[in-house]
Parts: sequence; C-alpha cells; structure tokens
Amino acid sequence: MKKTLIRILSYCRPYAGYLVLTILCTLVGTSLSLAAPILIGEAVDAAVGQGNVDFAALGRIALILAVTVLVSGLFQWLAGLCINRLAFGTVRDLRAELTAKLGKVPLRYIDGNARGDLIARVIPDIETISDGLLQGFAQLFTGVVTIIGTLAFMLTLNVKIAVLVVLMTPLSLFAAAKITSMSHSSFQKQSVLRGEMGGLTEEMIGSQKVVSAFAYEDRAMERFAKLNRELGQAGVRATFFSSMTNPTTRFVNGLIYAAVGTVGALGSIGAISWIGVMSVGRLASFLAYSNQYTKPFNEISGVVAELQNAVSCAQRVFAVLDTPSEPDDSHLAAVENCRGELSFSHVHFSYTPERRLIEDFSMHAAAGQRTAIVGPTGCGKSTIINLLLRFYELNQGEITLDGIPTTELTRDSLRSQFGMVLQETWIFTGTVAENIAYGKPDATREEIEAAARAVYAHGFIKRLPNGYDTVISDTSGLSQGQKQLLCIARIMLTSPPMLILDEATSSIDLRTEHRIQRAFEKLMQGRTSFIIAHRLSTIRSADHILVMRDGNIVEQGSHDVLMKENGFYAQLYRSQFAN
Amino acid sequence: MQHLLRFLKPYRKELILGPTFKLLEAIFELIVPVVMAKIIDNGIALGDAGYIWKMCGLIVLLGVCGLGFALTCQYFAARCAFGFGTDLREALYRHINALSHTELDSLGTSTLINRITTDATAAQTGVNMFIRLAVRAPFLIIGAIVMSLMIDVKLSLIFLIIAPIVGLLLYAVMTKTIPMYGRNQKQLDAIARRTGENLDGQRHIRAFSRQKQEKDEFARQCDDLEKSMIAVGRISSILNPLTFMIMNLGIVAVLWFGGVQIDSGALSQGDLTAFTNYMTQILLAMVVMANLIVILTKAQASAVRVHEVLSTPSSMENGTAVPDASSTEAIAFDHVDFSYKGAGDKSLEDISFTLKKGQTLGIIGSTGCGKSTLASLIPRFYDAGSGQVRVFGQDVKAYDYKALRRCIGIVPQKAVLFTGTIAENLRWADLGLDETGMREALEIAQAWDFVEKMQYGTQTHLVQGGRNLSGGQKQRLTIARAIAGKPDILILDDSMSALDYATDLALRTALRERCGDMTVIMISQRATSLQDADLILVLDDGQCVGQGTHEELLENCEEYREIYNSQMQ
Repeated sequence: MKKTLIRILSYCRPYAGYLVLTILCTLVGTSLSLAAPILIGEAVDAAVGQGNVDFAALGRIALILAVTVLVSGLFQWLAGLCINRLAFGTVRDLRAELTAKLGKVPLRYIDGNARGDLIARVIPDIETISDGLLQGFAQLFTGVVTIIGTLAFMLTLNVKIAVLVVLMTPLSLFAAAKITSMSHSSFQKQSVLRGEMGGLTEEMIGSQKVVSAFAYEDRAMERFAKLNRELGQAGVRATFFSSMTNPTTRFVNGLIYAAVGTVGALGSIGAISWIGVMSVGRLASFLAYSNQYTKPFNEISGVVAELQNAVSCAQRVFAVLDTPSEPDDSHLAAVENCRGELSFSHVHFSYTPERRLIEDFSMHAAAGQRTAIVGPTGCGKSTIINLLLRFYELNQGEITLDGIPTTELTRDSLRSQFGMVLQETWIFTGTVAENIAYGKPDATREEIEAAARAVYAHGFIKRLPNGYDTVISDTSGLSQGQKQLLCIARIMLTSPPMLILDEATSSIDLRTEHRIQRAFEKLMQGRTSFIIAHRLSTIRSADHILVMRDGNIVEQGSHDVLMKENGFYAQLYRSQFAN
Repeated sequence: MQHLLRFLKPYRKELILGPTFKLLEAIFELIVPVVMAKIIDNGIALGDAGYIWKMCGLIVLLGVCGLGFALTCQYFAARCAFGFGTDLREALYRHINALSHTELDSLGTSTLINRITTDATAAQTGVNMFIRLAVRAPFLIIGAIVMSLMIDVKLSLIFLIIAPIVGLLLYAVMTKTIPMYGRNQKQLDAIARRTGENLDGQRHIRAFSRQKQEKDEFARQCDDLEKSMIAVGRISSILNPLTFMIMNLGIVAVLWFGGVQIDSGALSQGDLTAFTNYMTQILLAMVVMANLIVILTKAQASAVRVHEVLSTPSSMENGTAVPDASSTEAIAFDHVDFSYKGAGDKSLEDISFTLKKGQTLGIIGSTGCGKSTLASLIPRFYDAGSGQVRVFGQDVKAYDYKALRRCIGIVPQKAVLFTGTIAENLRWADLGLDETGMREALEIAQAWDFVEKMQYGTQTHLVQGGRNLSGGQKQRLTIARAIAGKPDILILDDSMSALDYATDLALRTALRERCGDMTVIMISQRATSLQDADLILVLDDGQCVGQGTHEELLENCEEYREIYNSQMQ
C-alpha cells in the first residue's frame, strides 16, 4: 500500500507546484473559515441587550468577519483549482502511459488477459485513482485541518469543555464504525447479486432471439424473477443500513451540542464552578464548533475506504505498466524491400510448457513461393503467423528472412514486410478512407479508390451515406464480408513484399470471392505468400502445403505429392467432394 | 416519472409514511436552535440551573425522537424504492420477453439491457432519495425562514434575499456543468472504445508498425479529456467557496442588523444566535436540494426511457392453435413477400415452395440475399408482408408461437452458448433430457468426441458465450442443443461454416441416418453441403432465381451453376 502510494506520488512530480499550492491554500482557506465562529461569538457578545450594544466593536468585528470570509473563500477556490490541475494532469499522464504500454507489451499478454479487464484498467480504475486518491487526499487534508483547527479554537475558548468534546468523540467514531460493519456484508451481498443479475440480463437479452427461438422465455423469466427478488431484499438491507449514517451522525452531533450547551450555560451562571464563566457569544462559538467537529470524522472514514479502493485500482494499473515490454531493438538492422526468402529451421514452439505444440519444424519458402496451411478447425494454423511476425518468440530454432535470422532485424521492419489479412477483421472507428489507408496514411484518394475497386468494395462504399468519408466502426452495421473487403483493400494499398492470408475470404459471398481471387492472384505474383483456407480448391494451386493437426505439422509437400501419400491431406481433400 | 407511478401503488403506505416521519424529524431539528436560544435568554440570563437541565433534557429527547423518526423514514424509503425497482425490472423483463423480433431490432438489445439495469436502478434511486430528501430539504429551508420570521420579521428579510441568490447560483452552476459532464463522459467513452479497438487490432497495428501513431492519438485524446475536465472543474469548484462566502456575508448582515434590533430591544441575544444557526441550516439544506435535483433529473430521464420500452407493444398477435406434426405437408410458402420495418426494399419477393415432412430444403445464395430472413419466417420471428407461411398445413399466425417454436429446432448463424454446463445448455429445449439423449444429440452433431475428452464431460462449465471453446466446437454444440429437443423441423442457418469439410459431411450423414423423419432446412454457402437436398432454393437479392434438385439446377439455373463451378474448380 505504501509503495503504491509513493509511486502515485511520483506521477504527481510534474505537478509538485500545484501540490504545494493545494496544501497551502487548503491550510489558509480552512483555518480562516474556522475563525468565523469565534468572530460571530464576539459579535454576539458585543450586542448584549437593549441599549447595550457596542456598535464600534460590532462594526469592526463584522468587517473582520467579512474580510476573513472573503479571503477564506478565495483560498478555498484556489485550492480547488490547484487540486484539479494536479488530479487531471496526473490522470492524463497515467492514462497516456498506460495506453502507450498496450502497444508495447508482448501479444502473449494481450491474448492472455480479458479484453474487458484491460479496458477497465484504462477507464474506471484510473477514474477511481483520480476520485479516490487525489480528490480524496484533498478531502482528507481538509478534514484533518478542520479537526485540528476546531480543537485548537475550542481549547482557546475553554479547555474543559474542549476536553469534554474530545471525550465524546469516540461515540461518533463508534457509531460510524458500527454502521459500516453492519452495512458492509449486505453491500457485498448486494454487489454479488447485482453482478449475477447483470450477467444474466446481458446474456439472456443479448441473445433474446435465441431465447425466443427455444420458447425459453418462461424459464428465463423464472430465473430472472428469482434473482431479482433476492436482489431487492438484499438492496433494502444494504440501503437501509447505509442510510442510517446521516441520522445517527446528526443524533450524536445533537448529543455533543446539548452537552456543550448545558455545561457551557451552567458554567456561565456559576452552577458548575470548575467550568469557568463563559460569555453567551463564546458559548455560541462553541456550539458552532461542536456542530462542525464530528463531520470530518465521518468524511474521513468514507475517504479511507475510497483510498483503499483507489490503491487497489492503482495496483492493477501498475501491474500492466510493470509487464515487461517487447525488448528494445532499435540497435538492430532494419530490413527494407526483402526478396522474401523465408526458412524455418528446427523450430520448437509452444504457448504453454505443459502442452507441446510445434516441434523441430523445418521448411524453406523460396522468394515468390506460395505456401498453403491446411488443417481442421482449431488446429493451430494461426500459430505459424504468430511466429512469422514475431508476435510470439520461438522456444528453439530460428526463422530466417533472406538468410538473416528474424531476431536480428527490428520487429517493426520485419512486420512491415508482410501484408496480413486475418479472418478476424479489424475495423476501427474512423472513415472508410482512413480504414483503408491505415497502412499508408499519406495515400491519395485516387489510390484509396483504386484499392477499393480492386477488391470490389467500391460499389458498396459508394452507396454508404457519405461514401469514403462515412464514419464506420466494428459495430456500425457493415456485414462481415464487407469488413473483410476493407481489410483486403488495406493490403492492396501497401503491397508489401510478402503476404499472409488467413481465411481472408471466409465471409465473402462466393461470387465476390471468385472475383477477388483474381485480384489476389495478381497481388501474389512474385510475392512470398502464406495462405490459410478451408476451401481446398483455393489451396490446390500452392507450391507448398503444410498440413496441420492438433497444433502439429503432420505433412508437407505439394498437392500432387500429398495426394500420392494418401494421408491426412488426401482424406481432407476427398471429404469436400464426397457425398 | 408519472408514467411509472403505477409501480408505486403497492407501496402507497411507505410512500406516505416515509416523508411524514422525515417531516417530524425536520420539525424537531428546527426546534433545537429555539430551545438553545431559550437556554441563553432564560437559563443564563436568570441564572436558573434547573431550567438549563430541563431544556438540555428536551434537546436530547428531541434528538432521540428525531433519530427514531429518521430511521423509520429511511426504512420505508428503502422498502418502497426497492419494491418499486424489483417490480419494475420484473415487468420490464416480462415485457421484453413478449416483444417480437421486429421490436427487438428497432430497440436493440444493448438498449434493452441498459434499460433493465442502469435505468431501472436510477429510477429506483430516484424514489429512494425522493422519499428521504424531497420533503426534508425544502421543509428545512422554508421552516428556517418561517422560524426566523417568527423571531424577527425585519431581520429575516436577509434570508429572503440570500436564499434566492444561493438558489440561483446553484442553478446556474448546474445548468452550465451538467452538459459539460455529459461531454466529458463521451470523451471517456471514446477512449474506452479506442482502447477496445486497439486491443482487438493489436496484430494489425503491429503488422503496419503504427504503434507510434496510436500512442500519439491516445495522448491527444487524453489531453483533450484533461482540458475539458479542467474546464468543468473550474466552474464547479467555484460553487462551494461562493456559497460559503454568500452565506457568511449574510451572517455579517444578520449580526449588524441584529445588533441594531437588540439595541432597540426588539431582539434578544439568544435570538441572534438562533438566527445564525438557521442561516447554516438553510445553506446545508440548499446543497442537499441541489444534489437531489441532479438525482431526480437523472431518474426522470431514466423513467422516460424505461417507459419507452414498456409502451412499445408487440407487433405480433398470438394465436391459439397447437401444431399437429402428423400433417404430411411440413412447410409451405405461398407467394410470400417480406420487408424489414423501416427498410424500403423488399427482402423477400414472391417466394413459393412446398416441403413434405422428412424432406430437406437447401437454401443457397450470396451474403445478404435473404436466406436467413426466409428461415426466420418459419418460426414466426417476423410476419410475412403478404402471402402465407404454413407449417403443418396451417398458417403460422394461427399458432401459439411458443408451441410453434417448441417443435422447431434452430441453429443460429452466430453460435451462442450460455453460462452453465454443457448439459444445462443442451437442456434448453427439453428440461428433462437424460444422459442418453444428450449423448445422442452430441453424437449426431459430431460433438461427442471432444466433449467426452473434456475433464468433466457434459458437466464442463462454459464461460459466457462459450469463450473457452473454438468456433467449430461452439457451432457443433449449438447444433446438438437444437437436435436435443427432438424437433420436427430443424433449421441450420449457415451453422457449419466453421467446420471443415470432413466434419460437415459426417454431420450431414448422421442427420440423415439418425433423424430420418426430421424436416431439415439447411442454409449454406457451400454447394456441396446442399447437393443431397430434396429441394434447393437459389436466392439472389430476395428473389428466388431457381428451385429444384441439384441436377435440375445444374441444368437450368445459371446462378447455381456459377456458384457450384466456382467451388469445384
């Protein structure tokens, strides 16, 4: 906890000036505001009764009070402005660093962590740090200053009554602690149930069409109603317990108020001689202090809970930042316009040590050669892509490009030698043109249109509301096939020396696919390419075929050779035409 | 909120008693400063210790009663709000369940989820806070003003000036900042969206070596967000210091003019302290009011959105007939036209065909040509625009749609599974399905092999949507789920696309051999998968450009020939 706090403070360093100013302004603003009750008391004392009002004193005190209040307000405002700069600046830096980090961590990290969880670290976790830690810090500091200041002022007014108030403090703390512990368990139960409820509705309503297809509505309703009622009951408890805080605090406050009033009044008339006589104005000031004294205690207990929450969020954020990045490779050679001669020699790879995957795999792809990767669903064909582009590192062996081990080239330059169309399309929020020109941001509109025409996407793009300037996103209603066309157009535009096509046309209808095939043929001309596809007819023309099964490469060779071998490939191939 | 009032009806008692008790507490709270003023004026001035003790006891008594009243109110508020919220959610969910696909399309599932979670909760919070604060805060403000009027009319003029100024200030700051907070939230959402897209596209980003640009774009978004947060912070941070200043300047005025009144004998010293007390009470109550207004505004907006859903009627009238599977005509389309609501063009035009019981229908065509639309008319997800869709010899509109759908097994294009074990998923259509039945369904769907290999077999737990399975495995389980209900009609909506050809073939063979009397509708992009069908429809842009058997179509349908040849080359 302490380490995390110190680390967060290190993020505040650029804003250290604001931090110091915040503390100073809070100190001045709060202490001055605390002086108000004393001044009010003095003013009351200046107006004792009919014909007995010291207007000179009253005027002077009123003036001092006005100035005090104005200066205090001004400093409170400045403190607010400074804490804003501090909090929002720190959050900006932290968030920018975290998002930048996502581009640096190995893909293994991104693949291995839930997407929603990583997004949660970038958004709500950092918001919590901002609210809980930085704003919380301001509140905590104000609270502490208020308590100390109030005590100090009370002590100057009357030591004995001040001690009485201090002695009554545990009452307030005890009540707060009691309520917190009572509500805690019901809150936990409530949040668990709320989570379950969210999960159920998300799932059932999210797939409402499946629900209705199975006439499952009644059973879904039953499950929903049961959970909903449990949630309702838990909610009543949690809300009731937590809403006890305010009235209870008011009550405890009232007790302290009554005690101070009684003891003070009795003192004034000499009924309790050891208290000492106190003027009405001083009693009024005291009453005002006792009214505001307990409030910060409650606030602080709330802030502490928030702080703990914020620290655990900060730990989640730092966990991402502490993940080792892909090592820096800027000292390595950058490859440009390679010939495209690739070879795997004695490659060993597995995602986890327990599950062996690729073992002692060797192959050679001459420049311009076309290699197809074939195998049943889920056999690990994309693993080859992960290794070629160094998304994952080999356990053993090496892959060479034009004879140079890929580990001796910068990752960026290596990757830019490949054009990649994956089965999982990627469309980001932006215009159609921006999406197509992703790999070549300086492309002219003519180039973009030419690329779109080459993959027969120009037609549907033209029909979009704003043509190439239509803003699209992954969920904006483009069909899977249309998204795939845009991804292919991206590659058409960059035309890199090597190609990887992973089920590139799986969602495109057959007639369009047939036509795109011609564009692909042209693109693949003279380029080393790797193709993954189910449709064996598109693979037959490859120079070399890798047959994969359960993550392993079980056969390799040309179509004719593999058919002659009459092994797994031949079996797969025949199943397409058998009936 | 007025639309949802009927949900408050069962809680009328809580709704009335809650605020009443709160009012009592507020009255007691208002009396305290008066009692203290009496202590000062009577007790101290006359030196009467007994009086002071008595009054002190009164303050404690007022406090105890106040606490009791307040807790009673909080309890009623919680009961009423959560009762209301629970009923509302249940009614909403019941209503959503009754909506037809047309409404689901126009409302959108993510909207519906938000309505039932976020919005219903906001309305619930609104009710809770309304009961707790809506009476208390205004009453304290008005009460404090009335009490001060009773003490001294002239002096209370100060209150009548200060209160509206603070009110205006709160109003001004809120109207200025609420839209700004909304914009901040949008910027934050944009960063969240971008983060998600970045995570999804990390391979693409790195393949194009665009990490630097992505980083810069993020930095720019974070900068923008910082700027607008500081902008809104600048306005909202003025609120507290300014109210503090105004109220205390008010107190300065009270002290000065109070001095004047005391000098003339119109006011006592104790009254003056009571006055300053009321000033602070008003201030606190006004801040509470401002927060309450924010909460209620949100609740009101949510209530309107919830009402929107509740007032959307289902566009489909339910029938009463129960399908009789003994009819020899399984499915018939009679000159069916269909267009989606709000769409200009027809999605299906003049479709006619008849399918006998036990036959297989294949539907082929390019993406977006209306294949899935055609299939969705059979379980009456949508109503045909004109023409008639018949199942087992009767118009689908005559059936009770739940009864109709129970005899149809559907495998949707997108393989969706639910949280729970594989067995629970298989029991979707038939709650009483036993192990043998499960195994049979899994075997036909070619899923038994991999399910059997799993550590817990059919008891294996699936994470939401079956994320821990491959695409092909998910598809096979959704097929098994549909078969497990032993439907009379099975609809496979391009649900074998993730399967390799060998598995595809094995599945079709098993279907033919083991579910002989099942009428099957198979949508596919693979001509080979449909070769054996008794009837194949070739769709193009919503029109049927050819129907017949594989051989007939090869003979006389150019579109079919083109598709077939392109795959067989």
